[in-house]
Amino acid sequence: MAKIVIDGREVEARSDVNLLQACLEAGEDLPYFCWHPELGSVGACRQCAVKQYANAEDTRGRIVMACMTPVTEGAIISVEDPEAKEFRGEVVEWLMTNHPHDCPVCEEGGECHLQDMTVMTGHRERRYRFDKRTHNNQDLGPFVKHEMNRCIACYRCVRFYRDYAGGQDLGVFASHNNVYFGRHESGTLESPFSGNLIEVCPTGVFTDKPFSKMYSRKWDMRGAPSVCSNCATGCNTIINERAGKVRRTLNRYNDEVNRYFLCDRGRFGHGWVNAPTRLRSAGYVINGDMTPVPAQAALDHFGKIAASGRLVGIGSPRASLESNYALRKLVGAGNFSTGMAEPEHSLVKLAVSLLAAGPARIATMHEMEQADGALILGEDVSATSPRMSLALRQIKRTAFNKAADQARVPHWMDASVRTLGQDTISPLFVVSPTVTDLDGFAQDAIRAMPEDAARLGFAIAHRIDASAPDVAGLSEAEAASASRIAEGLLAAEKPLLVSGLQYASAALLQATANIASALAARGKTPLISFVLPEANSMGLALMGGLSLDEIAAQTADATLIVLENDLSRRLDGAQFEALVGSAASLVVLDHSVTPTAIRSQVTFPSAAYSETDGTLVSAEGRAQRFLQVVYPDAPLQAGWRWIADMAQAAGLSHVQPWARLDDLIAEIAATMPVFARIPEAAPAADYELEGTPLRSQTHRVSGRTAIRANISVRDIPPPSSPDTPLHSTMEGSYSTDMPGTLIPFYQVPGWNSEQSLNRFQQEIGGKMRGGDCGVRLIDAAGGSGTFSSGIPEAFRARAGQVMLLPEARVFGTDEMSMMAQPIADRAAPAVVRVGGTVAEGARVRLSLGGEIFTVDAVSDPSLPEGVATCPPHMVSRSWSVPEWVSLEITAPAERVGTESAV
Amino acid sequence: MTGLNPEKQPLLALVDRETPLDPAGYDRKGGWRGLRRALGMSPAEIITEVTESKLRGRGGAGFSTGMKWSFVPKESSKERLKYIVANGDEMEPGTFKDRMLVEGNPLQLIEGMIISAYAIQARHGIIFLRGEYHLGLERLQQAVIQAREAGFLGENILGSGFDFDLHVHPSAGRYICGEETALITALEGRRANPRAKPPFPQIGGLWGAPTVVNNIETFSNIPHILANGTEWYLGLSACADGGTKLYGVSGRAKRPGVFELPLGTSLGVILNECAGGMQDGYKLRAFLPGGASTAFLGAEHADIIMDYPTPEKAGSRLGTGLAILLDDKTSPIGMIRNLEHFFAQESCGWCTPCRDGLPWVERLLIAIEEGRGTQEDIDRLHDAARLIGPMGRTFCAHAPGAIAPLASGLKMFAEDFQRMVSKPASGTAESGAAGQAA
Ligand SMILES: Cc1cc2nc3c(=O)[nH]c(=O)nc-3n(C[C@H](O)[C@H](O)[C@H](O)COP(=O)(O)O)c2cc1C
Ligand code: SF4
Ligand code: SF4
Ligand code: SF4
Ligand code: FES
Repeated sequence: MAKIVIDGREVEARSDVNLLQACLEAGEDLPYFCWHPELGSVGACRQCAVKQYANAEDTRGRIVMACMTPVTEGAIISVEDPEAKEFRGEVVEWLMTNHPHDCPVCEEGGECHLQDMTVMTGHRERRYRFDKRTHNNQDLGPFVKHEMNRCIACYRCVRFYRDYAGGQDLGVFASHNNVYFGRHESGTLESPFSGNLIEVCPTGVFTDKPFSKMYSRKWDMRGAPSVCSNCATGCNTIINERAGKVRRTLNRYNDEVNRYFLCDRGRFGHGWVNAPTRLRSAGYVINGDMTPVPAQAALDHFGKIAASGRLVGIGSPRASLESNYALRKLVGAGNFSTGMAEPEHSLVKLAVSLLAAGPARIATMHEMEQADGALILGEDVSATSPRMSLALRQIKRTAFNKAADQARVPHWMDASVRTLGQDTISPLFVVSPTVTDLDGFAQDAIRAMPEDAARLGFAIAHRIDASAPDVAGLSEAEAASASRIAEGLLAAEKPLLVSGLQYASAALLQATANIASALAARGKTPLISFVLPEANSMGLALMGGLSLDEIAAQTADATLIVLENDLSRRLDGAQFEALVGSAASLVVLDHSVTPTAIRSQVTFPSAAYSETDGTLVSAEGRAQRFLQVVYPDAPLQAGWRWIADMAQAAGLSHVQPWARLDDLIAEIAATMPVFARIPEAAPAADYELEGTPLRSQTHRVSGRTAIRANISVRDIPPPSSPDTPLHSTMEGSYSTDMPGTLIPFYQVPGWNSEQSLNRFQQEIGGKMRGGDCGVRLIDAAGGSGTFSSGIPEAFRARAGQVMLLPEARVFGTDEMSMMAQPIADRAAPAVVRVGGTVAEGARVRLSLGGEIFTVDAVSDPSLPEGVATCPPHMVSRSWSVPEWVSLEITAPAERVGTESAV
Repeated sequence: MTGLNPEKQPLLALVDRETPLDPAGYDRKGGWRGLRRALGMSPAEIITEVTESKLRGRGGAGFSTGMKWSFVPKESSKERLKYIVANGDEMEPGTFKDRMLVEGNPLQLIEGMIISAYAIQARHGIIFLRGEYHLGLERLQQAVIQAREAGFLGENILGSGFDFDLHVHPSAGRYICGEETALITALEGRRANPRAKPPFPQIGGLWGAPTVVNNIETFSNIPHILANGTEWYLGLSACADGGTKLYGVSGRAKRPGVFELPLGTSLGVILNECAGGMQDGYKLRAFLPGGASTAFLGAEHADIIMDYPTPEKAGSRLGTGLAILLDDKTSPIGMIRNLEHFFAQESCGWCTPCRDGLPWVERLLIAIEEGRGTQEDIDRLHDAARLIGPMGRTFCAHAPGAIAPLASGLKMFAEDFQRMVSKPASGTAESGAAGQAA
């Protein structure tokens, strides 16, 4: 820490930051544009000018850019100095020479950093009286709108898109006041992180395209803290609602998890909650059609069915802990399935037990960013956990920072650090059967089939610690790679190991665990992470239950209750029929119409994550609470409330209704020791700040009555729920000291954009003033772990057959997000990538789960002959696990026109 | 150039615009002597000698060349990748001296770069040349090939064990590419935006490696310092700093051109003796002493000593040493508008005051020049000069350079400006909101 003086006020400042950060952390209102808390300083906009004095005697001082000036002990600066103020005002006037001043029709209006900073400088009069230059806008695809005239050329977009996220197709063109930020021509932005441009851009150039179609001002929307459910990473989000509809998803800062950024699947994958595929009433399926029935009738019907036999329950890794628990309680632990089929079920359990028993701590994404040596073993993280791959991308910064330290350049001088680091090698090793987005800057990117990747992993472990089993029959190249990676990991202070379930290989997980144990044996403190398939995979593994394969033996003549789970994605046609067909009746509780729901006798509509409250456990083992932003119309309610109602209808007294979510959470914590800490994931519904409950609306929300005037002009009382600590009112409390888990939006006087976040943090980029988000349920056992010797045989191609591997995709292979129109629009059509050469325009015929499919084929020279990839769930609904298939290639000339494309 | 005395005008003496010397011819005329001597010295000895010769950069900023080299990490070229770069961008309006050197005697530059590379232990050199210098490019490329064939470039130069090679890079054409950090960025294949310091190029330059950038004229001095020694070099000059300087004038002089004279020669000698004085019927009204980005000096300074400190004391800079003359029949407002048009257009677009401030300045000047200006417009120009001009307000020195002729011109030609805005409204004047921005 250093003591500095700001306008005569002595403050403590961190000594490893710049004066802009120091001023903001000291509560000063100092405007800025090009600096960004995660992207650092480049000194482009000149908005953050302050006066700095050489010493106490210096009365003249000189203007410096705060963001480019390091904090030094005893520094004396003035924000209020008239010369500095005049300059900052003039910078705004310059920026405005070409700005269209179209705030009233601009979607950034009301949450615009440019508006805020303009007001902050006090500059009001624009004296430029000449023509403005104009630009053409581009169509950037389904996610992001482009209105270039609003650009103030702060360069943040390209710095995020290119430097931070590794994108190539957004750039800056032309020069002087004609600089243009866009693509070389209209077209969909390729980066899966493009949506962050919306928050990174301080003005209305890049705005949210799906939101635009149902636009509302920030101040008119209710907000709620939520957790992304589109993969297992558990990024924290804010969801906004108006008039009963979810409007958009924004990033919510969690210093250990997603920090400032989301992936596009997370940001644009929420639309299914408003989609026509939603179930909005209880129903009976008659002749394949869902026919609405009153909820009470459906419950009575259920009561009758249930009275006649056993109950079997299938839970879901995409449903909340609370709903799963309620179902498990209803049917009994012995009749409860995790909802996962083999091999996923066993693999998730294995992953969790390796994590819990091993010596390595589970890495947070923030720790991943700082790793100084990392191995990604057999997982295309860029597709299975996009936000994690963005964190892993930052590993190159650790090498850059070393170069910067040598040249004594502070880490926040972003452009300088990148200049110095550009020739350094990132301590990252990628081993994967297919090309991944992270290969580009990895020290080594090794192509290996899952078995061979696992063997390499075992060999690495052995080279780190000889007591780990060795692998026989490695090729010379493999042995050399193993030694090189072993050395790289041993050289690191914080070695990181990442693997996952994409290739359904237990050996990959075990090999990764072996490396962790070997590193621990050598005195290192390794970090580890396993990418899991779904938002609550970890929670279900911790809860326990039978696999779908096991439960299938118990469904005969039973009443089968399926909770928020589409079994047709997990079981092939025959397995699905066997399971469903054997049951006496099928009861489905879900929020959307699925092929499983269509087979049910009775369906109950459950509330979506935006309409209810609950807990998910991310792959990091972090239990996190999502809170509702919508108060759904009856009969929509949380799955666990339906289950309590069903119990009553069936006269099953062992399940009594829970009045509030907190009662259920308390019961789970009390009865299941692994979940003992889940009440800490977020404050309870009776939480009060300074003696007042929290509000989820801004001070200025307007039109509450007008918006439903077509229905009734009477004022209605605000909706409420006993489950959430946020209240749909303008009058509750809201402050920068509120817990990070309860933040419905970021806004403080003078700061209306998400940039106001700096006021909610203890320090910029650090913890939230009101405390952390979520609670870790499992962690390393410590010690040095044990070694597995389950070393697989090397991969061998088979004559006449092809090994078909799943090609994970950010857009297309995930269930719920594909029901959101923007994601469906963004998803590329399914193709099969075939190792070796395939003629252009060729197609393949293959049999999966007993069905024949014909799909476009693309040759992929990075795959070996005899290997192909196929996106899971996009061709065959259920296929997702590597499989030997016979694959027939149809040359374009012989193409049969009548075959239906997939 | 024929007739020049190599003892007095070493830079231009061997310049031949028709057929530049080849390595052998250059050798016969006394070339390569500096290199031969240098390769027998230690790098540190060379840096000391260059420092003591008081050679200051000829690219405009006038920084001590020896001192600049001394900041480079000292590892040998085999231990650490380092670069040496010649700045031949020369897009400064009114400056055309480096062109003479590359077209007329490219080997002198190459010799200078080899010595400099040896002094800072760089393995690779790049000559960054203005894109329009087609003849210069051709001649440089040919000279590099010839020098390589003759063993002056490549491995183990003249048996010294020192390896060095050169690459000639024609610019894609922006003024900002002459700013040394933007030049480096352009060489990396990126947008030519300047870079923040630290790191200084000597520590982290091209591709992050230690890099020295010097002007072409600066490098061309090096062979002579090494061949003839410090004392001789200091003796060439008429002031405290060492060497000769390529001076020149453009504008309404009788014989505009480039002349090699002792550093510290007066403008009177340059203009009247070398350039033949003003054209008949024109009087000198003011001048920019060293290129477009230096401040105006009035005719009362017509005899000013063109060393580094004197123009600075008078409120301007030596700059590139090539003066632009303003005569009594040319509109100073038109001249400034023309300059600001150039600077506004050549702004790289990185920082706000320059990117958005200079185009506004240009528009104001056009309005005033066309009789559409107002008193407020003049106030705005003063504001711009006051707010953009001081060092540190913008990211690089481009904008302060751009403001120099404006700020000085506003004072010096205040009456001209005043006259233009107080003219009775003519037919071209804007009326009401027409022509104004929304
Ligand atoms: C906008 C701008 C343009 C410049 N153009 C040139 C140029 O064309 N040639 C040049 O040698 N230096 C130019 N400079 C100066 C260089 O940045 C640098 O100071 C010089 O090349 C150093 O060489 P020296 O020490 O030998 O003078 C320019 C500087 C600025 C700010
Ligand atoms: S588009 Fe936005 S982020 Fe990009 S430079 Fe312009 S204002 Fe900045
Ligand atoms: S990485 Fe996963 S959790 Fe995070 S935003 Fe993307 S889909 Fe959501
Ligand atoms: S002053 Fe700024 S905009 Fe102008 S050339 Fe330099 S960096 Fe570019
Ligand atoms: S924020 Fe400091 S220069 Fe842009």
